[in-house]
Amino acid sequence: MSKETDAVLKTSHLGIDFGGLTAVDEFNISIAPDEIKGLIGPNGAGKTTIFNLLTKVYQPSRGKIFLDGKDTKNMSPVQVNHAGIARTFQNIRLFDKLSVEENVRIGLHEHVRYGMFSGILRLPSFWKEEKRAHERTLELLDIFGLADQADVRADSLPYGAQRRLEIVRALATEPKLLLLDEPAAGMNPSETEELMKNIRKIRDEFKIAIMLIEHDMNLVMGICENIVVVNFGKIIAEGTPSRIQNDPQVIEAYLGGRKEED
Amino acid sequence: MKALKNLKKQTKISFLNYGIVILFFIVVQILANLGMLTNSLKGQLIPILSYVIMALALNLVVGISGELSLGHAGFMSVGAFSGVVVSMSLAENVPNPGLRLLLAIVIGALLAGIAGVIIGIPVLRLNGDYLAIVTLAFGEIIKNVMNCLYVGVDKAGLHLSFKDAASMGMAADGKVLINGPMGATGVTKLSTFIAGTILLLLVLVIIQNLVNSRTGLAIMAIRDNRIAAEASGVPVTRHKLIAFVTSAAIAGAAGALYALNYSTIAPKKFDFNTSILILVFVVLGGIGNMTGSIIAAALLTVLPELLRKFSDYRMLIYAIVLILVMIASNNPKLRSIFDGLGKKAKKEEAAK
Repeated sequence: MSKETDAVLKTSHLGIDFGGLTAVDEFNISIAPDEIKGLIGPNGAGKTTIFNLLTKVYQPSRGKIFLDGKDTKNMSPVQVNHAGIARTFQNIRLFDKLSVEENVRIGLHEHVRYGMFSGILRLPSFWKEEKRAHERTLELLDIFGLADQADVRADSLPYGAQRRLEIVRALATEPKLLLLDEPAAGMNPSETEELMKNIRKIRDEFKIAIMLIEHDMNLVMGICENIVVVNFGKIIAEGTPSRIQNDPQVIEAYLGGRKEED
Repeated sequence: MKALKNLKKQTKISFLNYGIVILFFIVVQILANLGMLTNSLKGQLIPILSYVIMALALNLVVGISGELSLGHAGFMSVGAFSGVVVSMSLAENVPNPGLRLLLAIVIGALLAGIAGVIIGIPVLRLNGDYLAIVTLAFGEIIKNVMNCLYVGVDKAGLHLSFKDAASMGMAADGKVLINGPMGATGVTKLSTFIAGTILLLLVLVIIQNLVNSRTGLAIMAIRDNRIAAEASGVPVTRHKLIAFVTSAAIAGAAGALYALNYSTIAPKKFDFNTSILILVFVVLGGIGNMTGSIIAAALLTVLPELLRKFSDYRMLIYAIVLILVMIASNNPKLRSIFDGLGKKAKKEEAAK
């Protein structure tokens, strides 16, 4: 495992309560700068809640999140994104009425450098930056084979393509850590295969860390170097895919032990 | 290449809108030269331009930013009365009427923009219906503040009071510019059709270029999915405020243009009904559709005037026309015809 000092993300004693319900508790992980980490667990285990905590959609009730060694306390979701965490959503959240290209452009928002007034006055910086942004957008779309659909409205894309577009949009924000929430949901086996290749490619080319939530065990076991298993908001196991597969606690969580049943 | 094509598509719509305005200007000039323009219609020209600008401004908030504002007449009012004060107090110092109109519009827009910031910061924390209700309230507050505002000018400068004209403490030779609920009287008419057309074109340039830039894209992203926009690093409040304040400032400019077309103007002109009227233009023209706003605002401003011969029944007919247009524009058959036309045009474009 990575040394904690050069971890891109580190959490300590992270937790959140909703009213009396403890959704996540004592969540401690550390992600290396080029690691692919899986986050798995039964339905309702708190996986998406963890993503929402890391991206500050929810403010943690306790604990700390360090991004590149920096405490993200008091950061808004926007600031967390600027600091280097990008994500996709379990229920796809695209900008439906905008085109595929425009969706990615919004991801590039912080990286396109011209002000509101040069936009209104169409100063040279507008044209220069728009051209650069357009080229960058097509480059990114090309990775996921979406470049020829750049002008299509986002909501007219097939389901699998919408998921891929969300990943492209997240990548456009130039993150250090990419959080993928069920990227393969609704994809057929060949699409999933393609996705696995692309996730590896992203890590190798962009040199970023990736954490993903996924129920497709072929995908998780196939590409994740490390896996964290959560149940009832707590980590019950952590390690390499082969270790996780043989962990009795994990098997119990998935198949159900007698204790939880009665 | 594709970017050029894409930009061209948006630019095409922009140029269509410039074209409509210029065409309208030319047609009116020709009719005027031929003496075919009735006096009542002539009097409607500047209100038409003002309302078109108002509709465009409101469409920026309702259509592009996706927030329902029911108080835009308030910003129009701020622009109108600050414009009147500027034009009347500078009557001697700036004899050139064109320059005075320009100053009135600029300062009207500026003050309405400031009002937009003051109102926008608290209001834009809300969403949907709540935001609509609070903007409605602010519109009424502005109207009521204007109702008890007294402004006068003498050699010492401007005087202001919220009580009555006497308590402004002006010198004997002072002139009352705004007289509470009576509003402004004896205003020199400065607005001209040419100035209004230029202002409208300028507003179109500002709105369309803003919408077709990264700022506009960010505003639309927030409209479509706020959470995803935040996760993509788009600052939400800042962009909502940009749309709201730009819209308020443009409404102020429209207000100044409108007010300087009349010799008297009272605060009650800019009430809730006016806000709703402008919203009707936006909704009928199509939310987010600038071309629609221009056409709807122009036609619906002229319509009551054209229906004048029906005297008592004219508002009834006006209402019926509104309902008919709404039914027609929501008719699935008509819709599919329009969509079909759009698709055909796209296919042809693709074939090229």
